[in-house]
Amino acid sequence: MASIDTGGDEGHKKGPGVKKAKKLSTRVDMTPMVDLGFLLITFFIFTATMTTPTTVKLNVPKDTEKKDEEQKIKQSGALTIMLGKENQVYYYEGELDPKGANFKQTTFTGIRDIIINKKKSVIASYVRDPKCEEEKRAEGKPIEDCKTEDFMVIIKPTVDATYKNTVDLLDEMTINQVDRYALVKIADTEKMLIAATEQAAGIK
Amino acid sequence: MTPFVDIAFLILSFFIMATKFKPPEPVKIETPNSVSAEKLKESNAMLITIDNKNRVFLNISSPRDNSKLDRVIENINTRRNLGLTPAQMQNFKNSPIIGVPFTQLKSLLSLPADAQKPETQPGIPVSDSLNNELVWWITETQSAFAGDKGFLYLVKGDNNSKFPAFESVIDALKRNEVFKYNLITAQEGAPEGTELYMLRKQ
Repeated sequence: MASIDTGGDEGHKKGPGVKKAKKLSTRVDMTPMVDLGFLLITFFIFTATMTTPTTVKLNVPKDTEKKDEEQKIKQSGALTIMLGKENQVYYYEGELDPKGANFKQTTFTGIRDIIINKKKSVIASYVRDPKCEEEKRAEGKPIEDCKTEDFMVIIKPTVDATYKNTVDLLDEMTINQVDRYALVKIADTEKMLIAATEQAAGIK
Repeated sequence: MTPFVDIAFLILSFFIMATKFKPPEPVKIETPNSVSAEKLKESNAMLITIDNKNRVFLNISSPRDNSKLDRVIENINTRRNLGLTPAQMQNFKNSPIIGVPFTQLKSLLSLPADAQKPETQPGIPVSDSLNNELVWWITETQSAFAGDKGFLYLVKGDNNSKFPAFESVIDALKRNEVFKYNLITAQEGAPEGTELYMLRKQ
Protein backbone atom coordinates (compact mmCIF):
# COMPACT_ATOMS: atom_id res chain seq x y z
CA MET A 1 0.00 0.00 0.00
CA ALA A 2 2.06 2.84 1.31
CA SER A 3 5.52 2.97 0.07
CA ILE A 4 8.38 5.18 1.00
CA ASP A 5 11.00 5.81 -1.61
CA THR A 6 14.23 6.75 0.06
CA GLY A 7 16.32 7.07 -3.06
CA GLY A 8 19.56 5.22 -3.67
CA ASP A 9 21.46 4.29 -0.55
CA GLU A 10 24.37 2.57 -2.14
CA GLY A 11 26.42 5.49 -3.19
CA HIS A 12 26.58 7.05 0.29
CA LYS A 13 29.93 7.11 1.97
CA LYS A 14 30.19 7.11 5.70
CA GLY A 15 31.79 10.48 6.06
CA PRO A 16 32.87 11.78 9.50
CA GLY A 17 29.75 13.26 11.00
CA VAL A 18 28.32 14.35 7.70
CA LYS A 19 24.85 13.04 7.28
CA LYS A 20 22.83 14.37 4.42
CA ALA A 21 19.08 14.47 4.93
CA LYS A 22 17.64 11.90 2.60
CA LYS A 23 14.82 13.10 0.44
CA LEU A 24 11.78 11.01 1.29
CA SER A 25 8.73 10.97 -0.88
CA THR A 26 5.72 9.39 0.70
CA ARG A 27 2.84 8.13 -1.30
CA VAL A 28 -0.23 6.96 0.60
CA ASP A 29 -2.87 5.07 -1.31
CA MET A 30 -6.22 6.88 -0.85
CA THR A 31 -8.54 4.08 -1.92
CA PRO A 32 -9.51 2.83 1.56
CA MET A 33 -10.32 6.37 2.60
CA VAL A 34 -12.67 6.74 -0.33
CA ASP A 35 -14.32 3.47 0.62
CA LEU A 36 -14.85 4.69 4.17
CA GLY A 37 -16.17 8.00 2.92
CA PHE A 38 -18.78 6.41 0.72
CA LEU A 39 -19.77 3.98 3.42
CA LEU A 40 -20.48 6.84 5.77
CA ILE A 41 -22.45 8.68 3.11
CA THR A 42 -24.59 5.64 2.42
CA PHE A 43 -25.20 5.26 6.13
CA PHE A 44 -26.41 8.83 6.46
CA ILE A 45 -28.58 8.58 3.39
CA PHE A 46 -30.38 5.58 4.78
CA THR A 47 -30.79 6.83 8.31
CA ALA A 48 -32.00 10.21 7.11
CA THR A 49 -34.88 8.71 5.19
CA MET A 50 -35.81 6.27 7.91
CA THR A 51 -36.35 8.80 10.70
CA THR A 52 -39.92 9.68 9.77
CA PRO A 53 -42.09 7.34 11.78
CA THR A 54 -45.32 6.10 10.30
CA THR A 55 -48.68 6.47 11.93
CA VAL A 56 -51.86 4.49 12.06
CA LYS A 57 -54.92 6.70 11.97
CA LEU A 58 -57.45 5.65 14.51
CA ASN A 59 -60.96 7.05 14.48
CA VAL A 60 -63.32 6.03 17.21
CA PRO A 61 -67.06 6.63 17.20
CA LYS A 62 -68.76 8.64 19.91
CA ASP A 63 -69.86 6.50 22.80
CA THR A 64 -73.49 7.54 22.52
CA GLU A 65 -73.71 6.28 18.98
CA LYS A 66 -72.06 2.97 19.68
CA LYS A 67 -75.18 1.20 20.90
CA ASP A 68 -77.03 2.01 17.71
CA GLU A 69 -74.08 0.96 15.56
CA GLU A 70 -73.89 -2.41 17.25
CA GLN A 71 -77.53 -3.13 16.65
CA LYS A 72 -77.44 -2.05 13.04
CA ILE A 73 -74.90 -4.60 11.88
CA LYS A 74 -76.28 -7.91 10.76
CA GLN A 75 -75.25 -10.83 12.90
CA SER A 76 -74.42 -12.75 9.74
CA GLY A 77 -71.69 -10.34 8.85
CA ALA A 78 -70.18 -9.81 12.27
CA LEU A 79 -66.89 -11.29 13.36
CA THR A 80 -65.82 -10.71 16.94
CA ILE A 81 -62.15 -11.10 17.76
CA MET A 82 -60.91 -11.17 21.34
CA LEU A 83 -57.30 -10.76 22.39
CA GLY A 84 -56.16 -12.75 25.38
CA LYS A 85 -52.84 -13.00 27.14
CA GLU A 86 -49.71 -14.50 25.63
CA ASN A 87 -50.76 -13.55 22.10
CA GLN A 88 -53.79 -15.81 22.10
CA VAL A 89 -56.67 -14.87 19.84
CA TYR A 90 -60.27 -15.99 20.28
CA TYR A 91 -63.11 -15.34 17.90
CA TYR A 92 -66.68 -16.13 17.03
CA GLU A 93 -68.98 -15.25 14.18
CA GLY A 94 -72.27 -13.49 14.70
CA GLU A 95 -73.67 -13.71 18.20
CA LEU A 96 -72.04 -15.62 20.99
CA ASP A 97 -73.71 -18.95 21.52
CA PRO A 98 -74.83 -19.25 25.16
CA LYS A 99 -73.03 -22.56 25.50
CA GLY A 100 -69.97 -21.15 23.77
CA ALA A 101 -70.30 -23.51 20.84
CA ASN A 102 -69.01 -21.06 18.29
CA PHE A 103 -66.21 -19.75 20.49
CA LYS A 104 -62.96 -20.61 18.75
CA GLN A 105 -59.30 -20.07 19.33
CA THR A 106 -56.45 -19.24 16.99
CA THR A 107 -53.20 -17.31 16.77
CA PHE A 108 -52.16 -14.11 15.05
CA THR A 109 -51.02 -15.99 11.99
CA GLY A 110 -54.29 -17.89 11.78
CA ILE A 111 -56.56 -14.91 12.24
CA ARG A 112 -55.77 -13.49 8.82
CA ASP A 113 -57.24 -16.52 7.07
CA ILE A 114 -60.30 -16.33 9.29
CA ILE A 115 -60.85 -12.70 8.33
CA ILE A 116 -60.29 -13.40 4.65
CA ASN A 117 -62.69 -16.35 4.69
CA LYS A 118 -65.35 -14.42 6.54
CA LYS A 119 -65.04 -11.56 4.12
CA LYS A 120 -65.37 -13.97 1.18
CA SER A 121 -68.45 -15.59 2.64
CA VAL A 122 -70.08 -12.21 3.23
CA ILE A 123 -69.37 -11.22 -0.37
CA ALA A 124 -70.69 -14.58 -1.60
CA SER A 125 -73.93 -14.31 0.34
CA TYR A 126 -74.56 -10.76 -0.79
CA VAL A 127 -78.09 -10.11 -1.95
CA ARG A 128 -78.38 -7.26 -4.42
CA ASP A 129 -79.36 -4.12 -2.61
CA PRO A 130 -80.39 -1.43 -5.11
CA LYS A 131 -80.70 1.24 -2.43
CA CYS A 132 -77.10 0.70 -1.36
CA GLU A 133 -75.90 0.74 -4.96
CA GLU A 134 -77.65 4.02 -5.55
CA GLU A 135 -75.99 5.53 -2.50
CA LYS A 136 -72.59 4.38 -3.65
CA ARG A 137 -73.12 5.79 -7.11
CA ALA A 138 -74.15 9.10 -5.61
CA GLU A 139 -71.03 9.16 -3.48
CA GLY A 140 -68.84 8.17 -6.39
CA LYS A 141 -67.71 4.94 -4.74
CA PRO A 142 -67.58 1.56 -6.46
CA ILE A 143 -70.62 -0.68 -6.14
CA GLU A 144 -68.29 -3.44 -4.93
CA ASP A 145 -68.32 -1.72 -1.54
CA CYS A 146 -71.95 -2.75 -1.11
CA LYS A 147 -70.88 -6.37 -0.97
CA THR A 148 -68.97 -5.77 2.23
CA GLU A 149 -71.52 -3.41 3.78
CA ASP A 150 -72.53 -6.02 6.31
CA PHE A 151 -69.06 -7.18 7.14
CA MET A 152 -67.89 -5.80 10.46
CA VAL A 153 -65.08 -6.85 12.74
CA ILE A 154 -65.43 -6.16 16.44
CA ILE A 155 -62.17 -6.10 18.32
CA LYS A 156 -62.33 -6.76 22.04
CA PRO A 157 -59.00 -6.79 23.82
CA THR A 158 -58.83 -8.18 27.36
CA VAL A 159 -56.99 -6.71 30.28
CA ASP A 160 -54.00 -8.94 29.53
CA ALA A 161 -53.70 -8.08 25.87
CA THR A 162 -50.68 -6.00 24.97
CA TYR A 163 -50.60 -2.83 22.88
CA LYS A 164 -48.72 -4.75 20.22
CA ASN A 165 -51.61 -7.22 19.95
CA THR A 166 -54.07 -4.38 19.44
CA VAL A 167 -51.96 -2.63 16.83
CA ASP A 168 -51.28 -5.91 15.04
CA LEU A 169 -54.98 -6.58 14.80
CA LEU A 170 -55.69 -3.04 13.59
CA ASP A 171 -53.00 -3.72 11.02
CA GLU A 172 -54.82 -6.87 9.92
CA MET A 173 -57.80 -4.63 9.22
CA THR A 174 -55.69 -2.57 6.83
CA ILE A 175 -53.97 -5.60 5.33
CA ASN A 176 -57.25 -7.31 4.52
CA GLN A 177 -58.99 -4.07 3.56
CA VAL A 178 -61.68 -4.31 6.19
CA ASP A 179 -63.57 -1.02 6.17
CA ARG A 180 -65.66 -1.44 9.26
CA TYR A 181 -64.20 -2.35 12.58
CA ALA A 182 -64.54 -1.17 16.13
CA LEU A 183 -62.63 -1.36 19.40
CA VAL A 184 -65.14 -2.41 22.03
CA LYS A 185 -65.01 -3.27 25.71
CA ILE A 186 -65.09 -6.98 26.38
CA ALA A 187 -68.24 -8.49 27.87
CA ASP A 188 -68.36 -10.56 31.05
CA THR A 189 -69.59 -13.72 29.32
CA GLU A 190 -66.65 -13.52 26.95
CA LYS A 191 -64.26 -12.93 29.83
CA MET A 192 -65.52 -16.06 31.52
CA LEU A 193 -65.16 -18.13 28.36
CA ILE A 194 -61.62 -16.94 27.87
CA ALA A 195 -60.73 -17.66 31.50
CA ALA A 196 -62.19 -21.15 31.16
CA THR A 197 -60.28 -21.82 27.95
CA GLU A 198 -57.04 -20.60 29.47
CA GLN A 199 -57.51 -22.81 32.51
CA ALA A 200 -58.31 -25.81 30.36
CA ALA A 201 -55.18 -25.30 28.32
CA GLY A 202 -53.04 -24.84 31.38
CA ILE A 203 -52.55 -21.40 32.86
CA LYS A 204 -50.48 -19.51 30.32
CA MET B 1 -7.65 9.66 -5.55
CA THR B 2 -7.43 12.75 -3.40
CA PRO B 3 -10.16 14.67 -5.22
CA PHE B 4 -12.37 11.64 -4.78
CA VAL B 5 -11.91 11.87 -1.04
CA ASP B 6 -12.64 15.59 -1.13
CA ILE B 7 -15.94 15.07 -2.92
CA ALA B 8 -16.86 12.18 -0.66
CA PHE B 9 -16.38 14.29 2.43
CA LEU B 10 -18.27 17.19 0.92
CA ILE B 11 -21.32 15.03 0.28
CA LEU B 12 -20.96 13.51 3.70
CA SER B 13 -20.92 16.92 5.37
CA PHE B 14 -24.00 17.90 3.43
CA PHE B 15 -25.94 14.93 4.69
CA ILE B 16 -24.76 15.41 8.24
CA MET B 17 -25.93 19.00 8.28
CA ALA B 18 -29.09 18.45 6.26
CA THR B 19 -30.55 15.76 8.45
CA LYS B 20 -32.02 16.78 11.75
CA PHE B 21 -31.18 14.84 14.82
CA LYS B 22 -34.04 12.82 16.25
CA PRO B 23 -35.15 14.44 19.50
CA PRO B 24 -33.61 12.28 22.21
CA GLU B 25 -36.13 9.83 23.56
CA PRO B 26 -36.47 10.47 27.25
CA VAL B 27 -38.34 7.20 27.75
CA LYS B 28 -37.33 4.14 25.81
CA ILE B 29 -40.23 2.90 23.70
CA GLU B 30 -40.34 0.07 21.23
CA THR B 31 -43.26 0.74 18.93
CA PRO B 32 -45.05 -2.06 17.16
CA ASN B 33 -44.78 -2.45 13.39
CA SER B 34 -47.57 -1.50 11.08
CA VAL B 35 -48.16 -1.73 7.35
CA SER B 36 -49.53 1.78 7.40
CA ALA B 37 -47.67 3.94 4.92
CA GLU B 38 -48.80 7.28 6.26
CA LYS B 39 -45.91 9.42 7.33
CA LEU B 40 -46.09 11.60 10.36
CA LYS B 41 -46.82 15.17 9.33
CA GLU B 42 -44.78 17.99 10.78
CA SER B 43 -47.16 19.88 12.97
CA ASN B 44 -47.95 20.90 16.50
CA ALA B 45 -48.80 17.83 18.42
CA MET B 46 -49.55 16.38 21.79
CA LEU B 47 -47.63 13.16 22.27
CA ILE B 48 -48.96 10.67 24.78
CA THR B 49 -46.42 7.97 25.49
CA ILE B 50 -47.17 4.64 27.12
CA ASP B 51 -44.10 2.71 28.15
CA ASN B 52 -43.73 -0.99 28.84
CA LYS B 53 -44.46 -0.46 32.54
CA ASN B 54 -47.82 1.07 31.60
CA ARG B 55 -46.75 4.56 32.65
CA VAL B 56 -48.25 7.44 30.73
CA PHE B 57 -46.08 10.40 29.77
CA LEU B 58 -46.99 13.64 28.11
CA ASN B 59 -45.17 15.92 25.75
CA ILE B 60 -46.65 18.87 23.92
CA SER B 61 -44.60 20.16 21.01
CA SER B 62 -45.23 23.44 19.31
CA PRO B 63 -41.94 24.18 17.60
CA ARG B 64 -42.94 27.45 16.04
CA ASP B 65 -44.99 29.02 18.79
CA ASN B 66 -43.97 28.17 22.30
CA SER B 67 -46.31 30.68 23.92
CA LYS B 68 -49.27 28.32 23.72
CA LEU B 69 -47.51 26.02 26.16
CA ASP B 70 -47.56 28.90 28.62
CA ARG B 71 -51.32 28.99 28.41
CA VAL B 72 -51.53 25.27 29.00
CA ILE B 73 -49.47 25.31 32.17
CA GLU B 74 -51.08 28.48 33.46
CA ASN B 75 -54.55 27.03 33.09
CA ILE B 76 -53.50 23.78 34.67
CA ASN B 77 -52.05 25.78 37.51
CA THR B 78 -55.28 27.71 38.14
CA ARG B 79 -57.63 24.81 37.54
CA ARG B 80 -55.85 22.43 39.85
CA ASN B 81 -54.51 24.92 42.37
CA LEU B 82 -50.96 23.78 42.08
CA GLY B 83 -49.30 26.97 43.24
CA LEU B 84 -46.60 27.02 40.60
CA THR B 85 -44.20 29.92 40.47
CA PRO B 86 -43.61 31.74 37.17
CA ALA B 87 -40.12 30.22 37.03
CA GLN B 88 -41.56 26.75 37.33
CA MET B 89 -44.11 27.48 34.64
CA GLN B 90 -41.30 28.64 32.39
CA ASN B 91 -39.52 25.40 33.08
CA PHE B 92 -42.52 23.52 31.74
CA LYS B 93 -41.46 24.48 28.23
CA ASN B 94 -38.00 23.02 28.72
CA SER B 95 -39.06 19.78 30.31
CA PRO B 96 -38.43 16.87 27.99
CA ILE B 97 -41.47 14.94 29.14
CA ILE B 98 -44.01 15.04 31.96
CA GLY B 99 -44.87 11.84 33.74
CA VAL B 100 -46.01 12.79 37.20
CA PRO B 101 -49.34 13.28 38.92
CA PHE B 102 -50.42 16.84 39.59
CA THR B 103 -49.27 16.57 43.19
CA GLN B 104 -45.69 16.03 42.10
CA LEU B 105 -45.72 18.53 39.26
CA LYS B 106 -44.47 21.38 41.42
CA SER B 107 -41.40 19.48 42.57
CA LEU B 108 -40.71 18.23 39.06
CA LEU B 109 -40.78 21.69 37.58
CA SER B 110 -38.45 23.09 40.22
CA LEU B 111 -35.73 20.83 38.86
CA PRO B 112 -33.77 22.01 35.82
CA ALA B 113 -34.64 20.20 32.61
CA ASP B 114 -31.64 17.87 32.55
CA ALA B 115 -32.10 16.87 36.14
CA GLN B 116 -35.64 15.67 35.55
CA LYS B 117 -35.28 11.95 35.17
CA PRO B 118 -38.12 10.47 33.16
CA GLU B 119 -37.07 6.97 34.18
CA THR B 120 -37.95 7.59 37.81
CA GLN B 121 -41.22 9.37 37.18
CA PRO B 122 -44.29 7.34 38.13
CA GLY B 123 -46.37 8.32 35.12
CA ILE B 124 -49.56 10.34 34.87
CA PRO B 125 -52.35 8.52 36.71
CA VAL B 126 -54.96 7.35 34.21
CA SER B 127 -56.17 4.00 35.45
CA ASP B 128 -58.80 5.35 37.80
CA SER B 129 -61.56 6.59 35.52
CA LEU B 130 -62.78 8.99 38.19
CA ASN B 131 -59.37 10.57 38.46
CA ASN B 132 -57.94 10.34 34.98
CA GLU B 133 -55.52 13.27 35.09
CA LEU B 134 -54.88 13.01 31.38
CA VAL B 135 -58.38 14.41 30.85
CA TRP B 136 -57.33 17.72 32.38
CA TRP B 137 -54.15 17.92 30.37
CA ILE B 138 -56.03 17.27 27.12
CA THR B 139 -58.73 19.80 27.97
CA GLU B 140 -56.21 22.57 28.53
CA THR B 141 -54.16 21.64 25.48
CA GLN B 142 -57.30 21.58 23.39
CA SER B 143 -58.31 25.07 24.44
CA ALA B 144 -54.80 26.47 24.03
CA PHE B 145 -54.49 25.07 20.50
CA ALA B 146 -58.12 25.69 19.62
CA GLY B 147 -57.51 27.44 16.33
CA ASP B 148 -54.81 25.08 15.15
CA LYS B 149 -56.39 22.90 12.48
CA GLY B 150 -53.40 20.68 11.97
CA PHE B 151 -52.98 19.86 15.64
CA LEU B 152 -52.39 16.16 16.09
CA TYR B 153 -52.92 13.82 18.99
CA LEU B 154 -50.26 11.16 18.90
CA VAL B 155 -50.18 8.00 20.92
CA LYS B 156 -46.87 6.21 21.14
CA GLY B 157 -47.20 2.93 22.94
CA ASP B 158 -44.65 0.29 23.73
CA ASN B 159 -45.16 -3.24 22.42
CA ASN B 160 -45.48 -4.68 25.88
CA SER B 161 -47.76 -2.11 27.44
CA LYS B 162 -51.05 -3.64 28.42
CA PHE B 163 -54.39 -2.71 26.95
CA PRO B 164 -55.93 -1.08 30.06
CA ALA B 165 -53.40 1.77 29.89
CA PHE B 166 -54.19 2.29 26.23
CA GLU B 167 -57.89 2.09 26.97
CA SER B 168 -57.58 4.79 29.64
CA VAL B 169 -55.76 7.04 27.19
CA ILE B 170 -58.50 6.51 24.59
CA ASP B 171 -61.07 7.18 27.29
CA ALA B 172 -59.39 10.45 28.25
CA LEU B 173 -59.39 11.52 24.61
CA LYS B 174 -63.04 10.52 24.17
CA ARG B 175 -64.09 12.54 27.18
CA ASN B 176 -62.58 15.56 25.49
CA GLU B 177 -64.42 14.75 22.28
CA VAL B 178 -61.23 13.88 20.47
CA PHE B 179 -62.09 11.07 18.10
CA LYS B 180 -59.26 11.17 15.62
CA TYR B 181 -55.72 10.42 16.62
CA ASN B 182 -52.61 8.71 15.34
CA LEU B 183 -50.69 5.77 16.69
CA ILE B 184 -46.97 5.94 16.07
CA THR B 185 -45.60 2.74 14.61
CA ALA B 186 -42.60 1.50 12.73
CA GLN B 187 -42.81 0.78 9.03
CA GLU B 188 -43.48 -2.71 7.81
CA GLY B 189 -44.12 -3.99 4.30
CA ALA B 190 -47.51 -5.40 3.31
CA PRO B 191 -47.46 -9.19 3.57
CA GLU B 192 -47.36 -10.91 0.22
CA GLY B 193 -50.53 -12.18 -1.33
CA THR B 194 -52.88 -10.13 0.78
CA GLU B 195 -55.35 -7.60 -0.53
CA LEU B 196 -53.27 -4.68 0.63
CA TYR B 197 -50.26 -6.06 -1.18
CA MET B 198 -52.28 -6.29 -4.41
CA LEU B 199 -53.66 -2.82 -3.87
CA ARG B 200 -50.22 -1.33 -3.45
CA LYS B 201 -48.80 -3.09 -6.44
CA GLN B 202 -51.21 -1.34 -8.76
